Amino acid sequence: MDLLSSWLVPFLKHRLSLCGLVVLIGVILAALLAPVITPYDPLAMDPIGRLQTPNMAHWFGTDHFGRDTLSRVIYGARLALLIGTGVVGFAMATGVPIGVLSVLFPRVGNVLMRLVDLMMAFPALLLALGLIVILGQGVTNAILAIGVVYLTTTARITYSVALRLKAETFVEAGRSMGANTWWLATRHIIPNLVSPLLVQASFVFAFAQLGAASLDFLGLGAPPDIPSWGNMLAESRRYITRAPWLLFFPGAMIVLTAFSLNLVGDALRDRLDPRFRDELANKGKP
Amino acid sequence: MLLNFFTSYAMRRTGAAAVTMAAASVIIFAFIHLIPGDPTYVLLGDGATPEQAEALSKKMGLDRPIVVQYFTWAVNVLQGDLGKSLFFQAPVLEIIADGAETSLLLAGITMVWVVLIGIPIGMLSATRQGTAVDQTASGLAMLFASVPTFWVGLYLILIFAAWLGWLPSSGYPSIFEEDGLYNLRYLLLPSLALAAPNAALILRLTRASMLDVARQDYVRTARAKGIRPWQVTTRHIFRNALLAVVAAFGFTLAGLISEAVVTETVFSLPGIGRLVVQSILRRDYPVIQGVILIIVMLYLTINLGVDLINRYLDPRVELE
Repeated sequence: MDLLSSWLVPFLKHRLSLCGLVVLIGVILAALLAPVITPYDPLAMDPIGRLQTPNMAHWFGTDHFGRDTLSRVIYGARLALLIGTGVVGFAMATGVPIGVLSVLFPRVGNVLMRLVDLMMAFPALLLALGLIVILGQGVTNAILAIGVVYLTTTARITYSVALRLKAETFVEAGRSMGANTWWLATRHIIPNLVSPLLVQASFVFAFAQLGAASLDFLGLGAPPDIPSWGNMLAESRRYITRAPWLLFFPGAMIVLTAFSLNLVGDALRDRLDPRFRDELANKGKP
Repeated sequence: MLLNFFTSYAMRRTGAAAVTMAAASVIIFAFIHLIPGDPTYVLLGDGATPEQAEALSKKMGLDRPIVVQYFTWAVNVLQGDLGKSLFFQAPVLEIIADGAETSLLLAGITMVWVVLIGIPIGMLSATRQGTAVDQTASGLAMLFASVPTFWVGLYLILIFAAWLGWLPSSGYPSIFEEDGLYNLRYLLLPSLALAAPNAALILRLTRASMLDVARQDYVRTARAKGIRPWQVTTRHIFRNALLAVVAAFGFTLAGLISEAVVTETVFSLPGIGRLVVQSILRRDYPVIQGVILIIVMLYLTINLGVDLINRYLDPRVELE
């Protein structure tokens, strides 16, 4: 309970961060409850009711196929959540072991971290695009492509924080008492990585939204029949003057989600151990 | 003496960049081989005849060990031969050069916006820390850092091109054609869209860096000596805070190269970024490989340049 309240304090102190948290919970609930709360089928077409302005029946209007924009925006939250969770999961599952192993076994680390540096020689979006060419299009491959980009930053942060931890007196004390590497890693280093990585996760989640939206917009992400916010924006382009609301709602959802995640990340960082703040401030972004 | 230290740093830093480039070139070479399918058909397209395939296979030395193939490719690249585009049936380097003017001008104008918006507002925000001005500027900066550039771009098109009719919404005729420099107006909206998140980043950084420097002892000393507050801000705080900002410029400029992919697509600009996307959609693999190579080279060169400038400005900077 103490742990929970210590995480909640920064949110109660900053009202804006609290708003971010509330919005985020809202997006998650919308994604989970999409089939229950959507007024229409997001894929149901209505040729007679195309490009309707927002009205009482269709709060967010309809698109060029007469599909309900509100329902599609709500279903879009599902994909946003899937992409965010997938990218964070992949980046953490690969980046954290690379970072920790590199600190514990400096010889291996030298090679692994050089490889990570090498991957960072490729600009983020270009790396993702190159991977899409190799892997092919689709939601899973978009997650992998963006995940690889954030694998590098996650590994870097894990490495620099773990390196600091390794030099701490409590780790040294553990070692002098005869603890082996495995013990030090699981009992001393990894538990202390949780808070900085939680902050990193919130930023990666936010950047994953923007990255996935860009891929969808370029036609290289989720297949066009899936209602994602990026796909909706790509389609809205052709009706930009006739139906500007089609441009507004999906874009606003991307901004709201990414902005909230950034607010939450900032609040979490503020409660973080000051020793790790610099690492995250400088290396969290690719 | 100082110059000697700098020269030694510059040589080590340049060497490190060359090693990274060499290593990156291996990955870029492997790219064609990682795409599912026979590399000759990947490069020639499915419509290639067996004779053409055999000729290319011979040129690339596909029957020889992979290491030899890499060096054959690397020698070709060093001689400016990046292969031939499947779609345009022209040398890849020529096609990339065609898009260079647009992309470089776009990046240049964007950087002007980033500097003009990011630095002054960041300074203002730092000198008025905690006030409504600071909170508004910081809030907006964070908001713009969360906005997809293409969304900003589409809104700029809607407002300034479609509704007001002040500026063109797409395309870019070269400044060497009719109307000359007046054609730069085509890049105004794209550069603003591209600048939005980057100016936000520089604003936040300028603010944070100035606040950090303002806490230093020498600033307190300067104040104690009775130097006027604006002089302390400009001469003592700003100059030192600029170091971190200059480092971020390289970061931003390099980032622009890949972010431009989306912006050039939104505004249908004939640049390198749009070329990548179209080549991916056309499966024009030699062009994709060439563009990746050129962009990575640019990216590493910019980062190298910025590191050298930074070390020149601040001799305390060391290699990581």
